[in-house]
Amino acid sequence: MRHIISVMLENESGALSRVAGMFSARGFNIESLTVAPTNDETLSRLTVVSVGDDNIIEQIVKQLNKIIDVVEVTDLTSFEHIERELMLIKLNVSKANLTHIMKQIETFSGKIVDASDDTYTVELAGQSKNLDAFMEKIDQSLIIEISRTGVTGVIKGNK
Amino acid sequence: MRMELNGAQILTNSLIEEGVEYIFGYPGGAVLHIYDALNDQDSISHILVRHEQGAAHAADGYARASGKPGVVLVTSGPGITNAVTGIATAYMDSIPMVIISGQVPSMLIGNDAFQEVDAVGITRSCVKHNFLIKDISKIAVTLKKAFHIATTGRPGPVLIDIPKDITIAKSEEQVYPSKIDLRSYKPNNPIDQVQIKKAADLIARSKKPIIYSGGGSVIGNASKELREFTRILGYPITQTLMGLGAYPANDKLSLGMLGMHGTYEANMAMHGSDCVIAVGARFDDRVTANIDKFCPTAKIVHIDIDPTSIGKNVAVDVPLVGDVAQVLKGIIATLGDKKVSEISSWWKQINEWRSKNSLHYKREKGIIKPQTVIETLYEVTGGEAIVTSDVGQHQMWAAQYYLFDEPRRWINSGGLGTMGFGLPAAMGAKLAVPDRDVACVTGEGSIQMMTQELSTMLQYNTAVKIVNLNNRYLGMVRQWQEFFYDKRYSMSYMHALPDFVKLAESYGHVGILVEKESELKPALEEAFKLKDRTVFLDIITDQKENVFPMIPSGAGHHEMLLAGEDDMVSTDDEGLNLV
Ligand SMILES: Cc1cc2nc3c(=O)[nH]c(=O)nc-3n(C[C@H](O)[C@H](O)[C@H](O)COP(=O)(O)OP(=O)(O)OC[C@H]3O[C@@H](n4cnc5c(N)ncnc54)[C@H](O)[C@@H]3O)c2cc1C
Ligand SMILES: Cc1ncc(C[n+]2csc(CCOP(=O)(O)OP(=O)(O)O)c2C)c(N)n1
Ligand SMILES: [Mg+2]
Repeated sequence: MRHIISVMLENESGALSRVAGMFSARGFNIESLTVAPTNDETLSRLTVVSVGDDNIIEQIVKQLNKIIDVVEVTDLTSFEHIERELMLIKLNVSKANLTHIMKQIETFSGKIVDASDDTYTVELAGQSKNLDAFMEKIDQSLIIEISRTGVTGVIKGNK
Repeated sequence: MRMELNGAQILTNSLIEEGVEYIFGYPGGAVLHIYDALNDQDSISHILVRHEQGAAHAADGYARASGKPGVVLVTSGPGITNAVTGIATAYMDSIPMVIISGQVPSMLIGNDAFQEVDAVGITRSCVKHNFLIKDISKIAVTLKKAFHIATTGRPGPVLIDIPKDITIAKSEEQVYPSKIDLRSYKPNNPIDQVQIKKAADLIARSKKPIIYSGGGSVIGNASKELREFTRILGYPITQTLMGLGAYPANDKLSLGMLGMHGTYEANMAMHGSDCVIAVGARFDDRVTANIDKFCPTAKIVHIDIDPTSIGKNVAVDVPLVGDVAQVLKGIIATLGDKKVSEISSWWKQINEWRSKNSLHYKREKGIIKPQTVIETLYEVTGGEAIVTSDVGQHQMWAAQYYLFDEPRRWINSGGLGTMGFGLPAAMGAKLAVPDRDVACVTGEGSIQMMTQELSTMLQYNTAVKIVNLNNRYLGMVRQWQEFFYDKRYSMSYMHALPDFVKLAESYGHVGILVEKESELKPALEEAFKLKDRTVFLDIITDQKENVFPMIPSGAGHHEMLLAGEDDMVSTDDEGLNLV
C-alpha cells in the first residue's frame, strides 16, 4: 500500500542524506520526497511517499525513528489527513487544441501561470491521483515538460 | 577569567573529562594539533598502532572486554578510510566507540584538498551517528553527545570529523557538560507492562520452551538477570555466537550455541519448540537458517532495545522493547508465584538429542586436530582466559570447544566477520583487563591481515598468546568449496607462508612451532607461564578438518549435517544464493 510518512528532522547539515541513504541502503522504495523548513527554524519537515506491505512500512517507520536527527515520525496514512502536490505542466497550444486544453484546466481547477505564443504553463495542486488523472486526460502529444513537487500533507483537525 | 585554549586542547580536555583511559590512533597532518595537545597531559595513554584498521579493532577489543567505549584518533583521507573496516565491524556487533578523524581545513572542504575524503559520507552507513564540527564553540558539547549516543540504547560507533582549522582556532575554555538531553534521541522508553504480562503468561504456559540469548545480554550486562530468569524457569537455553558466556556453557540448562554451526540439541530444540524467548538477539540469517523453515511451531517473545531488530526477519508474537536486564527483571517479578509448566518430557527429548554428542570428533594419530587445540587451551587456562578470534573455521572451533562461563571473555567479529580482527582486539582486551590471560585464536590466513600490530604489542608490552591454527588453507572457504563446489578448490590454499616463529621473533616476541600432539599441551603451558611476553604458537593442524555440525545454506534447523555425514551434502540453487 502507498503510505505518506511525515518526518520532523533536525535542521542539521547532512540530515537529509541520512534519511535518503537509509532508504537506498535498505532497499526501501521512495515514490517522492520533499523537504522544507517549518515555523520552527531548528526543524525541517520531510514528507516521503513509499509503497510496501505492512511489515515494510513498519520497518521504514522504525528505521526512520532510529536516525538520530529524526525528532518525530508520523504515518499520515493511518490518520484522517490532507495530502497535496503541486505540478507545473508546460503544454503546446494551438487553435486546434485550445478548447481541449481549456476544458481540462477548468475540470481540474488549474491555473495558467505563464503563456507564450504557442505554450501554456499550467499550475495544478491537489491529491497526486488528481494530477495523475489530469495527465491522463490531456492529449499526451501536447505535453512539453512536467515538474511535480512530490506529496506533502498534514493530519486533519487538531491532532 | 576563563583561559583561552585552542580547539585541540578543548578536545583533549573533553576526553579527559569523559574519563578516557586509552586512545588508539595514528598521526597525520590534519590531527597534528591534537597530537600536540596530547603531549601536555598524562591522564590518557595513546597507543600508536601500525595501521588505522588496527586502531579501530584494538579500541573495539578494549570496549568488548571492559564495557567502556573505545576511542580512536586518525587523520583525514587515508587515515579514516583505513579505519572504516574496523568501524563497520564495531557497528555490526553494536560496540560503543568514538572515532575522531581529522579533516582538511573548513575553507578547503569540497575542493578535493590534499587528503580530503568525505568522512561523514563514507561512514554514514556504518556508524550509529556522525558529526562534522563546524564551530569551535561546539567541541565539548559534540564530544558529550558522541559518547552519550555511542554508549546508550543499542550501542555503536560514533564519528566526529574535525577540520584542522577548528583545532587551531582559540576560544574560551569550555565546560564539559555532565549530562545531555537530545530531543531526537530517547534511548530509555518505559517498558510496556502489558507486554511483560503477556510474555510472562506465554512463557509460563509453554510446554516446549527455549531461551535464545544473544549479544544483547552481554552488551546490556544482563548476565545476572539472565541466569536468574533461566534458573527460576528451569528452561533450556541456547546462545548465539555473540552471546556466549552470558549464561555459563558448563551449566546443565545450557544447550550450547545455535545456528549454522550450533549443536544438534540447540537447533533441534529451536525447531521443535512451542515458545522461543529471544533475549537481545537479532534473528541473524546465520542463526535462523532457512527462514521459511524456522521454528514452525513456536510463538516468539522478543526482547530487544532496538525496535528495528524486532519483526525485521521473523514475525514476533510478543515484542518487548527495552533493556534486557530491566525487561527480565520485570518478567521475573510477574512470574512471581505463577505456576510454571512442568517440562520433563521436553527435557527427555532434549537429552536424547544431546546424546548424539554432536561436537564429538575423531582423533587421528600423528595429526593435531584443531578441536583438540581449543580443548587444550581451555584446560591450560582453566577456562578463565579472554579469547579473541579471527574469522574462519578456527573461530567456530573456539566458539564450540572453549566453554565460556562468563560474559566479555569471548571477543569476535560476528556480524561483519572481519579477518584481521583477532590480534588488535586481543591487544585492546589486554589493556582493558591486564591481569587476565588473553589468547588470540587465529588462522594463517587471518593473522596475515594484521601482523604489523605485533610491533605495537611489543611497544606497549601487551602480552597475548597467539594460537595459530595453521591448516595452510583458508579453511572456511575450502570447506564450502568441498561441500558446494564439487571440491573445485579455487584460491583457498595458502602458498608461500612465512615462518611464523621467525616472524614473531623478529618483532621481539617468542615463537613456538608445534607439530606433534604431544608437544601441544607443554607448549601452551610454557606460553602462559611467560606472563609478560607475547607468544606466537604456530600449530600445524589437520588440513582437511571441517566444522560440524553444519546447516547447509537453504536448509532448516532440523536438516543439520553432522560429522561423518559430509558425503550427503547437496544444496539447491536457491541455497547457493545464500552466503
Ligand atoms: C564464519 C561465521 C559463522 C557464524 N556462524 C554462526 C552460528 O553458527 N551461530 C550464531 O549464532 N552466529 C554465527 N555467526 C555470527 C552471526 O553472523 C551474527 O553475528 C550473530 O548470530 C548475531 O548475534 P545476535 O543475534 O546475538 O546479535 P548481536 O549482533 O549481538 O546483536 C545484539 C542484539 O541485541 C540488542 N541489544 C543490544 N543491547 C541491548 C540491551 N541492553 N537490551 C536489549 N537488547 C539489546 C541489539 O539491538 C541487537 O538486536 C557466524 C559468524 C561468522 C563470521
Ligand atoms: C577481510 C575478509 N576477507 C575475506 C573473508 C572471507 N573469509 C571468511 S573465512 C576465510 C578464511 C579464513 O582463513 P584462516 O584465517 O586461515 O582460517 P581457517 O578457516 O583456515 O581456520 C575467508 C577468506 C573475510 N571473512 N574477511
Ligand atoms: Mg587456515
